[in-house]
Formats: sequence, structure tokens, C-alpha cells
Amino acid sequence: MEELMDILTELHPDVDYDTCTTLVDDRIIDSFDIISIISEVAARLDVQIPAEEIIPENFNSAKSLWELIERLENE
Amino acid sequence: MLFTSYGFIAFIAILFVVYYIVPKKWQWPLLLMASGVFYWIADPRYLIFIFVTSLSAWGCGVLMARINDGQALYLKEHADTVTKDEKKALKAKNKKRKWHILLACLILNIGILAVTKYTDFVIDNINNAFHSGLHKVDLIIPMGISFYTFQTMSYIIDAYRGTVTPERNPFKLALFTSFFPQLVQGPINRYGDLSKTLYEPHRFSEKVFSMGLMRILWGYFKKVVVADRMITAVTMLVSDTDTYTGAYVFVAMFFYAFELYCDFTGGIDITIGIAQALGITMKENFNLPYFSKDIKEYWNRWHISMGSWFTDYIFYPLSVSPRMLKLSKWSREHLGKVIGKRVTVYLAAFIVWFTTGLWHGAAWNFIVWGLMNFVVIMISQELAPLYSKFHKKFGFKGKSWYTVFEIIRTIFLMSLIRMFDCYRNVPMTFKMVGTMFTRFRLKIFTDGSLLKLGLTKYDYIVLAVALIVILSVSIFKYNRGEVRTKLYEKPWLWYGAMSALFIVIIVFGAYGIGYDSTQFIYNQF
Amino acid sequence: MTKKRAFIIVFYLVLTVAVLWFVQRLVMPKYQYGIVEGAMAAEYYEADEPHEVIFVGDCEVYEAISPVTLYEEYGISSYIRGSAQQLVWQSYYLLEDALRYETPKVVVFNVLALKYDEPQSETYNRMTIDGMRLSPSKIGIIEESMTPDEKMIEYIFPILRYHSRWSELDQDDWDYLWDRDRVTHNGYYMRVDIKPEAEFPEPPLLTDYSLGDNAMYWLGRMADLCAENDIELVLIKSPIKFPFWYDQWDQQVSAFARSRGLTYINFIDARDDMGLDMTRDTYDAGLHLNLTGAEKFARYLGAILDESYDLTDYREVPEVAAEWEDICEAYHAMAAAQYQELIEYGYLRNWGSAAVEMGRP
Repeated sequence: MEELMDILTELHPDVDYDTCTTLVDDRIIDSFDIISIISEVAARLDVQIPAEEIIPENFNSAKSLWELIERLENE
Repeated sequence: MLFTSYGFIAFIAILFVVYYIVPKKWQWPLLLMASGVFYWIADPRYLIFIFVTSLSAWGCGVLMARINDGQALYLKEHADTVTKDEKKALKAKNKKRKWHILLACLILNIGILAVTKYTDFVIDNINNAFHSGLHKVDLIIPMGISFYTFQTMSYIIDAYRGTVTPERNPFKLALFTSFFPQLVQGPINRYGDLSKTLYEPHRFSEKVFSMGLMRILWGYFKKVVVADRMITAVTMLVSDTDTYTGAYVFVAMFFYAFELYCDFTGGIDITIGIAQALGITMKENFNLPYFSKDIKEYWNRWHISMGSWFTDYIFYPLSVSPRMLKLSKWSREHLGKVIGKRVTVYLAAFIVWFTTGLWHGAAWNFIVWGLMNFVVIMISQELAPLYSKFHKKFGFKGKSWYTVFEIIRTIFLMSLIRMFDCYRNVPMTFKMVGTMFTRFRLKIFTDGSLLKLGLTKYDYIVLAVALIVILSVSIFKYNRGEVRTKLYEKPWLWYGAMSALFIVIIVFGAYGIGYDSTQFIYNQF
Repeated sequence: MTKKRAFIIVFYLVLTVAVLWFVQRLVMPKYQYGIVEGAMAAEYYEADEPHEVIFVGDCEVYEAISPVTLYEEYGISSYIRGSAQQLVWQSYYLLEDALRYETPKVVVFNVLALKYDEPQSETYNRMTIDGMRLSPSKIGIIEESMTPDEKMIEYIFPILRYHSRWSELDQDDWDYLWDRDRVTHNGYYMRVDIKPEAEFPEPPLLTDYSLGDNAMYWLGRMADLCAENDIELVLIKSPIKFPFWYDQWDQQVSAFARSRGLTYINFIDARDDMGLDMTRDTYDAGLHLNLTGAEKFARYLGAILDESYDLTDYREVPEVAAEWEDICEAYHAMAAAQYQELIEYGYLRNWGSAAVEMGRP
């Protein structure tokens, strides 16, 4: 989870990832950001996020993103 | 059939009546028949193409479903004996089979689209590059092929991804593919969304019907009173490139911005309104696009279904594909972190905007238009940190005057880029835009030149009033949410507004003898 | 849905229809000044007296025959259902329309229109058709006359055609919103000015001298209609030399008349007999007759009609004579007014091209 928070904070330092649950809906992160996140996650956490998982539900909060990563790791 | 024809209006009027009379389980088959009739009237030759697309998508979906069912059954029966590795291998093998089916479907249908729409473009380019004398083939382009192909491909891709369950009924899928309101200029619907209401039985509700009808009237108002009125002036301004230089280009920019907005959003209002009146919900395709503060926001508000299609089915899959991730890793290692992490993002974005431009039309000016958008987005992305520092220092962001500035800047920028749509020729566009800076004559705004564009002073009055009305409604919507639901609760205003819209369209509409009958700009897609 | 909402819906439906109906009346051209042909079709319905003779045709009829002369000298009560460039099927349908109100004894048709086999002009169509009352005849005339861009629904609801006039409304549109003035005298369009007939160019050689099949078909329909209603159909060619009436056409019409047992008279040859003086009896160098010419032609034609057919002398029928007294009075008053303008201006100011170009003073 730490690594993920690092990745997110590097992208947008001002955002409070602990509490925010509308990252996508409020356009705090856009499609470019999502791609950056995915490639960092692949590089640093060795988890490939497939295109069909790129939905607002998964990216709206750091917590849901972490849950996605964990789920993919276990499959 | 154009939306703005008596025939079409009679068609939907009759459809509305019959739809609510027949037994509810016949409603969606009725819509399928109506769509067939609509397409037949447009041109019977088109039918074979849309039939092939629909049938192939249905067939491939059913094949995928069979694989899924087979897999599920096998795993259930062998739940105790199968190992984790065997399970993984089976899933991988089936996924590969489904991938081949998907590929076949995509190649067939994108192939049809490519051949009918782009063959002559390719031939032209070959001729220009190699000075060959190949003949153009002038194939017919089925109406709406760009829209329905993309819509149906989204279905089969979603089926492959497992985000939708394949439709077993070929007629239901045929309706999804060919539902007539969306054939003219979209929106590009998703099966997961549209299927929720497309096949359901719909009981007549005055409220639902009324909301749809109001939306249809609002769409016709924008299309017939504004867009069709302005098109003569816009056409005149962009066809005579010798006379209409300098300040006229500036005028053309904003005229076209207003005209295209009313034409496109008006047409979408009619489309979504017709669906709504039938009890069917479609996702919005526009969300006050001219209130955008920057280009990225603009593309979240303008032609939303197209943007999200390209994002979900090209941008994301491309960016997260193993090859792209490998490239990303490679470029990070060899080109440094700063450049490295940008390579794949911008490469994917470039491809997206190239294909977006290409999708709009088989001509270089559309491709250049797409790439212009890419360039602006890239620049705005790179300047973001700088802007961030600037705003931290000066604190403008959020102040209303700065927001207005951002809005005007975005409108200007997007209108400028859009000129590639107008002049139909890349070098000419650059040249004409150039004259805006070199030959700008303020005089044309005061010496009556603007009255020689096919618009009388009465036309300008109508346009000004329409602009005020549209702007007021938009501002209300921006600040206080959807106008229609609130207005419905005040019946004297609600039905009064409908009556007023209808009268205004009939009396002030730019239709009939004396007005050129105009095509929707997106019709030959 | 509540009763209140239902009431409001009905209220606005009625209001919308009322507003659009009012706007339609407002934007439809009134044809009261300058170009007046568009008002002619509707004027027929105002006539209270019966007509034993009905003339149908184009300007070679409605500007060439004076119904007042026919009445004053023979007691014949007639009406001219004519309009600019009235095509043969249009004459057919206007006649069919008239038959819903009365059955004349004689119908006189000017055959020049046979040279047009197809719909010609949206403008002329509108002037001929818009004034008709809605009926099967009106539907028929519309269908037969529409040029490619025209649509039936725009005739049924003329607001769809004329709505763009909202920005061109003039005083006449408001003044004549509910009533109109008479612009003709039982269908006759009066002009007293004089412009002598000039030399006409040589008629062009045609590749095909046969009158169109469609035109002849409608002539046949007209003959059938008259036969069915016991009406004598008389075919005439008005004594006007331009547009040119070819011998071949003349022969074809004669042959047709013979085959149907109809009378056909070419009055171009009878110019001298009727005393027509084309240095004084035309107002536009021979294209149309003026008042004196129309009276001469009426006198001559009237004698033929009077002798050939058993027509009532309505001078002896008090109710009808009373109607005709008013008609004659208006006729002579207009003639006087027009002659006065000739004296004052040297040309007609409130009729014809001056009126069209300059508008009301």
C-alpha cells in the first residue's frame, strides 16, 4: 500500500488520497494519470492491470485501487 | 431520412402511437422493424452491410458464450479434481480462443468500414505519392457505418472482456446495432447501458413521453432555427477563400462554433428525445462543452460517447498492453525517467488522435484536425506544472473573471482547430488562419459586410435571441442542474414552453423553399 | 395525470393551433396590389349570382373577355376562372371545383395551355392554387401541379411555405388579414392603358410539333367532365399572336374537337371581324388585350354563344340583375379611375408594372 501511495503522491502531491473517493468522477486524475499509474504499478509492483479493469469504481479511491491490485495478485 | 423532413416527423409520430398501442412484448420488435424501414427508405443497398455487422457480432458473441458456458460447466463438474494450474491453463486457452473469435469479428467489420469509407482516400494518396493513375472506386458508404460499426464492436469487445453477457437473441442484437435514432450521428451507445431499457416493456407515461417530446422540440429548435439558418453564411465564408480572409475568418470561426454546436447537440437532443419518449434511456453525449476551461475538460464534455469509446477501446488497451509496457520500461532505462515515462503515453495519445481524426473523415484535413488536438493536449499537459506554480503564486484559479477567461480561451482554441473541418484542405486552412493575423479589417463589423453573407438583420435578431435563450438555459443547467425535471412540475410553464418552441420552430425555422435543405454534418459517417 | 394537467395540455393545444392559424393568415400573400392573380381563385366563391357560362384558362382568357359586356349586351351571366399561366389540368380542377357550387350550360377553354405538358413554376402554382377551398379538387390540382421541390403538406398548411415572410410583412398583410377587396370583375382583369402591338420575332422551329400526351389527356378529362354534366365545352384560341400558336397545334386541336363533337374556334383569324385594332386594343404591345379589346372580343364571342346556345337573358331576372348591377357599377367605376390616372400620370400608377415597382403611394 505504501508503494501505491508513493506512486499517487508523485503524480498529484496536493491530493488527500486517504479520504478522497471521487478521484475519477471529479477529474482529479485523468486518463493520462491513469496510464501513468498503471505503468508505475507494473514497473514497481509487478502487477498488470488489464484494460477492462479501468473503470471509475476501481480508480475512484486509493483504497479501491489497492483492492484491485491485491485481487489481481491473487488470481 | 433527414431529421428535418416532414417524412421523418410523420414517421416518428406514427411510431409513437403504434408503439404504445401494441402489446408490450411487441415493442422492441416493432422498433427493429421501424429501424429496418428507416434504413430501407434511406437506401435499400445499405441493408446488407448493417445486416452482416449485426449477424457477425451476434454469432461471435454466441460462440464466446458457448466457450464461457463450457468452461463454467467443466470447472463445476471437476471442482474437486482440477488443480490451480490446470484451471489457469484452461482459462488461458479459452481466452485465446475467444481472442481469435474477437479478432475475426473486428477484422471483418472494421474491414468493411475501412474499405467502403477509405479506399478512395488510400488510392488518392498512392496516386499522389507514386504518380500512378489508379481509378477511384466510389463505393457507397452505408449511412451511419462509422457509428454502428464502433457501437457493435464495443459490444463484442465487452463480450470478450466479460463485462457484458453475450446476447443470445439475434434480433435483439440487430436492434442494438440498427436502432434508428442513433444511426444519423450517434451517440455511440454501450450494450451494457442501452440493453437495460431497450428491450423492456414500456407502459405509456405522460411524464416520460412529455420529457422526451420537450427534448425533441428543443433539438429541433437548435437545429432548424439556428443551425440551418447559419449554414448559408458559414458555407459562403468558407467556400470563397479569396474574398473572405482576415476578419471574416474570425467571423467564420465563431459562426461555425455556434452552428456546429446547435446542429450536433440539436440532433443528439432529437435522438435522445425520441428514445426517451419510447421509454429508452441513452447516455448523454454533451455536457455544456463550451463551458470548458481547458481542452481536456472540453473532450470530456463534447461528443462524450466518441471520446470514451476511443479511451476505453484504444487508449487504455494500447497503453496497458504488454508491448507498450515493455516499451515504457525500455524508454525509462534508455531515455531517462523524464522522457521515458512520457513516451508510451504520448505515443498512445498520438495514435488515438490520429484515428479519431481519421474516423471523422477520409481526408487529410480531418487527420490534421485530430493531430492538432493531440498537440494542444500535449502542450497543455507539459505546461501543467508551470500553470500550477503560476496559480500558487498569483491565486487566480477559481476567481470568476479568470474562469471566464479560461472559457473564452478554450472556445477560441477549439474553434480555431475546428477550422480544419471547414476549409477542407490543410494548406488552405493554415493560410486562411494566417490572414486572420495579417489582414484583419475591423471595418467589416460596421460597414454592413456582415449583411451580405445570406443573413438579413432579421436573421441576426433571431440568432441573437436564440443565443440568449440557449445561453440562459445552459447557465441554469450549469448552476442548478437539469432544467427539464424542475420545469415539468410547473405545468403552465412546461406546456407553455412546448407550445412556444413549436410555434417558434414553425414560424422562424430556416426550412422550406428558399432555404437549402441541409445535411447533418455527421450524416455521411 | 391530474385533471389540471389535462386541462392545461388541451389549453395549450388549442392556443398553439390558434396562434399558428393566425400567423398563417398573416403571412399568406394578399395579392391586393400590383400582382393580383393570386387573389383570383378565391374571388369566385364570393360571387352570389349563377353563371351559365364559365371561362377557364390563362391570361388569354382573363384579360381578353369582359363578362360585363356579355351581360350588358346579351344578358349572359358568366365568370372567368383563370390565373397566370393556368395549366390545362389546373383549368380542369378549377372547373371541377366550380361544379361543386353550380352547373353552367357552357364552358369555354382557351387552348394555349396545351403547349405545357408538365408543371412549370412554383410561383404560378401558388397563385393559382392557394385561393382554392380545400376539396378533392384541390388535392388533385396540387398533386398534378407540384414541381419537384414542392410538397403537398405545404399546400395544406401554407404557413410551412410562407412562414419566412414574417420578416417581410407589409401594411397590406395587416389590412387584408380578414377581408380582401375584389381585384377582378367576375374574373376579368382590367387594364385601360395602351401600347400598340409590335413586330413579333419569327416563331422558332420545333423538333416536335405534337402537343404533349399529358396535356391532351387532361383536355380529354375536361371533355368527359362536361359530357357527364351535360355541359357544352367550347374550345377557343384567343386572338393573341404571342406566344405563337403553331398550325400543327391548331390542327391537332381541331382533330380532337371533331373526334369529340366539340366546337373549336381560332379567333386569331377573326381579329378583323371583331374590329380589333391592335394599335389601341392592347396595353403591352400585343401580349394581352386591354379593356377596349376585351369588350370587342366579348361582344363578338357573345354573339356566337347567344346564337348557338339557349342562354338565359338575366337582364330579365330581377335577383340576378340586381347582382349584376353592382358588378357593372364597380366595373365602370374602376374604368373611370384608371382612365383618370392615364390623364393624370400618362400611365397607370396603381395597376400593373408601376404598382409592382413602386408599391402603394
